[in-house]
Amino acid sequence: MIYLDNAATSWPKPPSVPEAVAACIADAGANPGRAGHRMANDAAHIVYNARDAVADLLGASDPMRVILGPNVTWALNLALRGLLRPGDHVVTTAMEHNAVMRPLRALEERGVALSVVPCGPDGTLDPQSVAEVITPDTALVVMNHASNVVGTIQPAAEVAEVAHAHGVPILLDTAQSAGAVPIDMDAWQIDLLAFTGHKSLAGPMGTGGLILSERFDHAKMEPLVRGGTGSHSEEETQPGFLPDKFEAGTMNVPGLAGLVAGIAWIRERGVDDIRAHETAITQRLIDGLRTLPNVTVYGTQDATKQAGAVSLTIDDADVGMVGFRLDDEFGIMCRVGLHCAPGAHRTIGTFPEGTIRLSAGAWTTADEIDAAIVAIAQIAEDYA
Amino acid sequence: MNPSRHAIILVVSSSHAIRAEHVLRQAGLETKLMPVPRTLSSDCGVCVRILAADVATAESTLEKHRVPYEEIVPM
Repeated sequence: MIYLDNAATSWPKPPSVPEAVAACIADAGANPGRAGHRMANDAAHIVYNARDAVADLLGASDPMRVILGPNVTWALNLALRGLLRPGDHVVTTAMEHNAVMRPLRALEERGVALSVVPCGPDGTLDPQSVAEVITPDTALVVMNHASNVVGTIQPAAEVAEVAHAHGVPILLDTAQSAGAVPIDMDAWQIDLLAFTGHKSLAGPMGTGGLILSERFDHAKMEPLVRGGTGSHSEEETQPGFLPDKFEAGTMNVPGLAGLVAGIAWIRERGVDDIRAHETAITQRLIDGLRTLPNVTVYGTQDATKQAGAVSLTIDDADVGMVGFRLDDEFGIMCRVGLHCAPGAHRTIGTFPEGTIRLSAGAWTTADEIDAAIVAIAQIAEDYA
Repeated sequence: MNPSRHAIILVVSSSHAIRAEHVLRQAGLETKLMPVPRTLSSDCGVCVRILAADVATAESTLEKHRVPYEEIVPM
């Protein structure tokens, strides 16, 4: 059995992750911030440790500006729906996931103007193309750091510089990069950074969030959800301070315990080492696939310029059938189709059929990559 | 517990209490989280108890780490 679907969620998790989840439920199962007893305090420490670990890993200076929620989609919705008003203009790219595009299209129906900047056929964004569409009404630039279809890493710091030159903040979607690619939010001048806990941060599903930079004024962002925070209970209006303003309702504390363990594991191994490993095996995969005559590999084809997602097609082959055969005959798990990113597939020329996506992760071995190449070669021969 | 030996740091939320406790412990202070006395607040949150002798160190530590707090009161 070979797992090559890490772009959807990382697997396996470090053993310390499920252990931390179970220990949290068993030993710290109270509600953080709702009472002052020892078990509630233990739970509150877990939540704090999650903020601290995320901030430290991603280059954010203040853990209190890490807003925790269920996933990166929630975080992106919080930022987009919380910030953009009718009459505003927003800039995004043609490589975005529907976690960005669907909220934006809904906002467009309510009077927000949207510019979708095209990218090159390998998915690369030219920062100057962002500058060209910025208007006096532009309120935000939103883009992914790495594509979930072809892995292409975007020049986030350069785009931030371009946006800031026009007084526009940037929201970066790091779903495919946080934990796998070194990120320095403060050095790159990222205003808002959305992350997921269950991919390369090695945590469980149900964890994610939005980090607000020090320069970002949170007064202008509306909460997505309002309700109990454990603070200012005498008031029936939502508190205005961080992180409570954006964190109503009980947290996924067991999930956050797992996320803390996942990030500790990343710290122990080192993001640079993980990045080097994933770059090496991703390049091995790309090089192997490129030797096959009726196979097309998309993206930059240079693993140093991308995260782990590798997209391919076999001439005249239905991608769904190839995915089924990889699983059924070879025990290789991957994802086929459009990967919730129709714009990215239009950009690389694979819409509407989609691609076969193989995504290696921190645990993937060279032997597994070689086995996947052999499997694709055998299937491709049937279409030659 | 001798009440005169302690002071409490009032903060706006339990998240801030945990953050305050984290930086104070890093600075070597003895801390304990406890519910806010009802005489001080109708809130349901927690506060951080420290030794009365540590108030000045606590103030400077919280300011150094830019942890906001409402006030430090003797108890």
